[in-house]
Amino acid sequence: MAKVLMKGNEAIGEAAIKAGCLNYFAYPITPQSEVAEYLAKRLPEVGGVFLQGESEVAVSYMLYGAAGCGERVFTTSSSPGVSLMSEGISYMAGAQCPVVLVNIMRGGPGLGGILPSQADYLQATKSIGHGDFRMLVFAPASVQEAVEMTMVAFPLAEKYRNPVMILGDGLIGQMMEPVEFPDDLRSEPTNKNDWATTGMDKRGSDRPNLVKSLFLDPEKLNEHNLMLKAKYERMQQDEVRFEPYNLDSEYKVLIVSYGTMSRVCRTAIDNLKADGLEVGMVRPQTVFPFPENAVYEATAKSGCNAVISIEMSMGQMLEDVQRSVKGRKEVHWYGKCGGEVPTPEEVMDVVRSLAD
Amino acid sequence: MGKIFQKPEALADVDTHYCPGCTHGIIHRLVAEVIDELDVRGRTVGIAPVGCAVLAYNYFTFDFQEAAHGRAPAMATGIKRVRPDLMVFTYQGDGDLASIGMSEIVHAANRGEKFTTIFVNNAVYGMTGGQMAPTTMPDQITTTSPAGRDTDEVGMPIKVSELLAALQTPAYIARQTVIRAKYIRKAKQAIKKAFTYQLEGKCFSLVEIVSTCPTNWGMTPIDSIKWAEDTLLPYYQLGEYKTPNGAG
Repeated sequence: MAKVLMKGNEAIGEAAIKAGCLNYFAYPITPQSEVAEYLAKRLPEVGGVFLQGESEVAVSYMLYGAAGCGERVFTTSSSPGVSLMSEGISYMAGAQCPVVLVNIMRGGPGLGGILPSQADYLQATKSIGHGDFRMLVFAPASVQEAVEMTMVAFPLAEKYRNPVMILGDGLIGQMMEPVEFPDDLRSEPTNKNDWATTGMDKRGSDRPNLVKSLFLDPEKLNEHNLMLKAKYERMQQDEVRFEPYNLDSEYKVLIVSYGTMSRVCRTAIDNLKADGLEVGMVRPQTVFPFPENAVYEATAKSGCNAVISIEMSMGQMLEDVQRSVKGRKEVHWYGKCGGEVPTPEEVMDVVRSLAD
Repeated sequence: MGKIFQKPEALADVDTHYCPGCTHGIIHRLVAEVIDELDVRGRTVGIAPVGCAVLAYNYFTFDFQEAAHGRAPAMATGIKRVRPDLMVFTYQGDGDLASIGMSEIVHAANRGEKFTTIFVNNAVYGMTGGQMAPTTMPDQITTTSPAGRDTDEVGMPIKVSELLAALQTPAYIARQTVIRAKYIRKAKQAIKKAFTYQLEGKCFSLVEIVSTCPTNWGMTPIDSIKWAEDTLLPYYQLGEYKTPNGAG
């Protein structure tokens, strides 16, 4: 398929359709409302379901109901809206419902701002709702990558029977880039008759299916949580994705950065290389699971003096970087969180100061 | 002579956890009878609430999902939109539907979502231990209104059926009760109408059922029935508030 020029938000909507998901429930919020606007026109054309819910809270339960029937379903939102969905996300994790959630992050806390941010890192990777659970979280750095991650998110959500999040920043949603929708990423929903409320007639069974998260017996709840924990451990084993950049060089500083911020860092690394300073980067493509082994191994290089987490938040990913480096090197942080993306020059200045 | 009375197929053959004198058992049975009579058990999905009926899925023999407090109408919306061929109903109490879930029920009703709600109104929170509900009567003593509901402070009880009947979209809104045998037949008729309208693809339907809660009212089952008849029924008047052909 030929490349087309598309805005990130619209490309994410189209990617879901191309992946085989025709059900979308959402509530408008800047800077991602274009997804809903795009799909309000597009989904009826392909026989899909588009519904604007009355709130993000309600949307999260529309997702739960639809996912509980084993149907592919997704939503998109931005930071304050995702907070409102956190209740339903917890229920879906508890009831093991596959769903794809897109968070096009804006600044916070509270209303914060409407410009790009990465301030929901901890929320997405550590605790998006009450109770013990994790989600697979993808962090795209381009519109193309947002498309591909959205497309692979659906079969992965079904594989693990768990919510999967695409964690993009406002720039990923708002910028236009050439994209293509790879045919080989299209997939069919996997067998849902074992667990979903598909209706007994439909699956030719006389045994009711039950979608629930309540376990009043403490032993049963503990067993349930142990089973969920094993699932998250499998994700940590099998789903880590990252991109190394300039790690073959004799780098003096190692950057860890993701999303839009990593693209600025890439420019800074290229410019510094031209100036004679080698800098390496590990770019997490999944932030849960975090590529901790890759970061740890990258700090083994003898000439590497320092590690720095560069993010559009006040040192959230920093905690994962510190955990991964295990004290082997000094770990620093640089970032901005008002909606301005740090420039390559700012990154170059900070990195130069660490190289000496 | 053939068998003239038996357990509905849609009702599980198990003991329930409901208190003596509670009307949930009767309402469960009526729902099960209607599902059997319409022959839709194999394509029905129920949604259990948070509240006393949270374990309702153990008492029926068809697919069930379990909601968070108040969110059942949003779940039913999700199910019915992606699988319009399924019969979907929510089973909710007054704390669930009229307090924390008021937004979800109003918007689902107003969109005309094609599912049915069984709304059990016993004027009190049950599962959490007898706290004041939006439907608690003036001066009614609960654990969070120990001196009785003060309407100057917290307003008058919400009449859910009347409120939802003010919307243009819903197909069927009725209030019935099951506190005496003479009312049960009408309650079943209302439930059957609600499910039938759903089967016919008509918009949202809701049956409110005025019920008792001897445990949290601190009364015997017999006194509870009398109190419901004397206090609840004059305020929560029975009847059809909205039908597909116009007001009831």
